[in-house]
Amino acid sequence: MTDRPISPATSPAPPVWHFRSRKQVLLRWLGWFALVALTVFCWQLMTRDTIWAFVSDAPAQAADIGGRMFPPAWGYISELWEPLWDTINIATLGTLIGVAIAIPVAFLAASNTTPSTRFVRPLALLVIVASRSINSLIWALLLVAVIGPGLLAGVIAIGLRSIGFVAKLLYEAIEEIDTSQVEAVRATGASGAQVIDYAIVPQILPAFWGISVFRWDINIRESTILGLVGAGGLGLQLSASLATLAWNQVAMIFVVILATVVISEWVSARVRQAVI
Amino acid sequence: MSHPTTWKRPPVLFTHTLWRRTIYVGALIYLVLAMQSIEVDWQRVYLGLDRGWKFVEGFLTPDFTTRWRDISEGLIESLTMTVTSTVAGILVSVPIGIGAARNLAPAPVYLACRGIITLSRSFQEIIIAILLVAMFGFGPFAGFLTLAFASIGFLSKLLAEDIEACDRSQIEAIRATGAGWWQVVNYAVQPQVMPRLVGLSLYRLDINFRESAVIGIVGAGGIGATLNTAIDRYEYDSAGAILIIIIAIVLVVEYSSSYIRRWVQ
Repeated sequence: MTDRPISPATSPAPPVWHFRSRKQVLLRWLGWFALVALTVFCWQLMTRDTIWAFVSDAPAQAADIGGRMFPPAWGYISELWEPLWDTINIATLGTLIGVAIAIPVAFLAASNTTPSTRFVRPLALLVIVASRSINSLIWALLLVAVIGPGLLAGVIAIGLRSIGFVAKLLYEAIEEIDTSQVEAVRATGASGAQVIDYAIVPQILPAFWGISVFRWDINIRESTILGLVGAGGLGLQLSASLATLAWNQVAMIFVVILATVVISEWVSARVRQAVI
Repeated sequence: MSHPTTWKRPPVLFTHTLWRRTIYVGALIYLVLAMQSIEVDWQRVYLGLDRGWKFVEGFLTPDFTTRWRDISEGLIESLTMTVTSTVAGILVSVPIGIGAARNLAPAPVYLACRGIITLSRSFQEIIIAILLVAMFGFGPFAGFLTLAFASIGFLSKLLAEDIEACDRSQIEAIRATGAGWWQVVNYAVQPQVMPRLVGLSLYRLDINFRESAVIGIVGAGGIGATLNTAIDRYEYDSAGAILIIIIAIVLVVEYSSSYIRRWVQ
């Protein structure tokens, strides 16, 4: 072996900067591969029983339905005012029930106001999770079976569904309050109820109104379809029109739903701007 | 000089007395009217209480075995629908989200993409499912399309808002190197929004599973159809079992997604 001076031509290539190490790159490729494999597997499992003739036929079906929908049956709106009023009532009364139950639940769930972090807090969190994980349509399905079809089932379904949403956002707001105000009020010798009333409530009130109005807005959307399972409102009319294949009536109902949703969204945005 | 001895808390919402009273009275009148629109058939409620109790019993002693074939079929449909529709939704909503960001897209593209987002967001999943079932026939394929369509509105809206809130200096720095539009998107915007996109996608996966448990009620496949049949047949122990499974899966998805989100960010 002879010692040769290192010339620029034979020296190894200068190190190139890489964003990730070799192992990280490999792991990422593996992750992507697993994701693609899972998706393909799920796709095949899902479309096992799909009748592709129906799928290839869909554009023709869509054109047909579109043709039947247009023009919407404008005269049908005279029969929609009452269900619309019912729908708004379901959403509003349901929101009121939900909020009324959510307030104590939120105080019990917030780690700084709960009487016991070991027993009460997990219980309140359980209430929140159970309410959130069951859709209002499922609640309505159950309640129609229990208390019979009608507005009451819709109102209670919306109420039960709203508890989790409102309580979750509200207890997060309670946990984020400024503690110095609580201490200041407590230093005056205030009782527990007074501390809540004078130190905590004023701080969470804007969040509370924002959350409630936001939930009301969501509830308007949800209450438009509760009638499909018999809980009153526009959905009742929708399922009747669907059953008779009166697509121009269905189109009219969609127009009414769209208008209501847009208006309620505007109202809720205005109120939230005003309070926050 | 006398000083006030009592303190009255100032009103929070409506500071004008007349307005406040009008609004309170209006709210009261509305409440009375709304309450009157509810007709309660107390006899029906009384009869139903028995069923309600049976449901509670069924929930406490769930029956997983009798209808296990139906339940597992519905579950597989729901889960596969959730995964495929979330992936398809992400794939479609990334270009739409980029198109709906004012700082990246020209005006016509921006308006078109915002239009798609508004269309997807204004209708309930159930209503979309009804239409798609009418077009594509019963089964999970219609459900897949419904959830994918609903995901587009959600994901692209939030993605677009995120891109618009990007740090401008990084975009300018990459642009200053002479990078083209694609390179700006890939090197300046993508690293900034990627963690949030992952978080949003996981959140949407969660929502899609919850929704997949309902759209079966109108015929779009999934565990909702099984649940609907179970309740229609008064098999409350099977219905309780299905609800327990739904709650358990929602919990698992929620906890694992919050774990992954923390790991990504």
